[in-house]
Amino acid sequence: MSVDAKTVKRVAHLARIALPEDDVAKMQDEINAMLGFVEQLGEVDVDGVEPMTSVMPMAMKKRADAVTDGGIAPQIVANAPASEDDYFMVPKVVE
Amino acid sequence: MTDLTHLTLTEARDALKARRISATELTKAHIAAVEQARSLNAYVLETPEIALAQAAASDAKLGRGEGGPLEGLPLGIKDLYCTKDVRTTACSNILRNFVPAYESTVTSQLWRDGAVMLGKLNNDEFAMGSSNETSAFGAVVNPWRRSGSNVVAGAGGVEGSHLVPGGSSGGSSAAVAAHLCLAATATDTGGSIRQPAAFTGTVGIKPTYGRCSRWGIVAFASSLDQAGPIGKTVRDCAVMLRSMSGHDPKDTTSVDVAVPDYEAAIGRSVKGMRIGIPREYRIDGMPAEIEKLWQDGIAWLKAAGAEIVDISLPHTKYALPAYYIVAPAEASSNLARYDGVRYGLREQGRDIADMYEKTRAAGFGREVKRRIMIGTYVLSAGYYDAYYLRAQKVRTLIKKDFEDVFAAGVHAILTPATPSAAFGIGEKGSADPVEMYLNDIFTVTVNMAGLPGIAVPAGLDPQGLPLGLQLIGRPFDEETLFALSEVIEQAAGRFPIPSRWWS
Repeated sequence: MSVDAKTVKRVAHLARIALPEDDVAKMQDEINAMLGFVEQLGEVDVDGVEPMTSVMPMAMKKRADAVTDGGIAPQIVANAPASEDDYFMVPKVVE
Repeated sequence: MTDLTHLTLTEARDALKARRISATELTKAHIAAVEQARSLNAYVLETPEIALAQAAASDAKLGRGEGGPLEGLPLGIKDLYCTKDVRTTACSNILRNFVPAYESTVTSQLWRDGAVMLGKLNNDEFAMGSSNETSAFGAVVNPWRRSGSNVVAGAGGVEGSHLVPGGSSGGSSAAVAAHLCLAATATDTGGSIRQPAAFTGTVGIKPTYGRCSRWGIVAFASSLDQAGPIGKTVRDCAVMLRSMSGHDPKDTTSVDVAVPDYEAAIGRSVKGMRIGIPREYRIDGMPAEIEKLWQDGIAWLKAAGAEIVDISLPHTKYALPAYYIVAPAEASSNLARYDGVRYGLREQGRDIADMYEKTRAAGFGREVKRRIMIGTYVLSAGYYDAYYLRAQKVRTLIKKDFEDVFAAGVHAILTPATPSAAFGIGEKGSADPVEMYLNDIFTVTVNMAGLPGIAVPAGLDPQGLPLGLQLIGRPFDEETLFALSEVIEQAAGRFPIPSRWWS
């Protein structure tokens, strides 16, 4: 399988990465080189094989549903590019 | 007096305990070495004030006959580990000014045990790379040079076409090899501890998945990422790993298994151990020196009483392609958090979507963008089954290959660590990314199966560059890897850097 320029632009948008028009062809080549490389997986017989979901088999750890952390809003927003009164500031989303 | 930076971690530990040296003099020697080696670009942030304060505290403890297993020992920390109030960037422009309000579990354990932090070490951006060339802070210079090389220390920095130190933990491997720390933390997603160790004549171990907590380490591919040390010797790595390991309730994949005293495994007899030699690792076009290195390793283990058996891991060739679906898929999901809202870079846009797109375009480097896009594609509607689900099924088969071999009585597997010695900057991957990815061909299987693997230097190539062997173990049997790799270390000798040409 290989991707065309339109697909590359769609994927860039899905990934929320602005891709300049003059970079589309090069990115397309690089992605197609990768997709060409992984094509060989088609040779493997995977009938009846379970996909790996846990690297080391273990029971899911659980804990009591209780508040164990918090009250640190100033620390949470300390690295935000824009914040006010312990809120993250974003461009207007709803008119 | 001999140069204190040339001590191994455990030699320095013993000298501190015996009060032959102080933590402060040891730390000052390292701070000076780091300052003189800036042209190698191994450190992206030096923290001498923190180091000296920690060293003074260690001296006080040692003076009272107290102190932890790493008391007063200066270390370098890969810049993927969050360090409280100390800038942590993952060597990406998107996190250029990020200062964590918390400490990663692994580094907190190092400080608990008395270690001293010299600074943060360079790595490939978000650990995506095999040469440290994708770092937003620029490439790292391998302190090793080819014989007859034109690489010299010039007035404005290193001149000539230098070698890469491997990646993604290239700052860690270069710093340990150049005596800019006694040992370093590193991380390994597809070979990022073992390949740079092999390229610099150092030792690196990626423990079993779940052995070290991933909490507070910048995530790349969560089902593959593991923390581990790079050190000057096998023993040094054993001591480091003991402090780094252990169960952490904050990481659901961290395993609640007791941490053994790994150092005690060193010197343990390997007599009667069955060592598997996988025929699928004998790849076409393998250089003669790698084949010879492998044969040397076989001979040394045999001489120590191990039994060598030929084994087959039939799905080996599919590990790398499956990895390049699974790792980008997980990366695309993990890196979705860099949105210009909660932390990191923000570029202004006409609306929020435009802000996201511009921020991520400006903040991520090319390798990272490409991997996010591949991951987004293989997870997108209509392609998920063909790519991601198939790759995870192949992963089950890769793991089963190892399980079958271990069930048949094999204790560990011996392979080369890399298909070649360190290569030159700009030599690989510029036309086709796959060329660079092939570097991880011997290491990536181990991450796919979650197993422990260690790289230990075992010889030099015809150009005088170090080469490493890899041992792969059963889950949570790092002790056997330490015992076996020390046999190789004893037989091959150590590979200290020939000269400090950069200072």
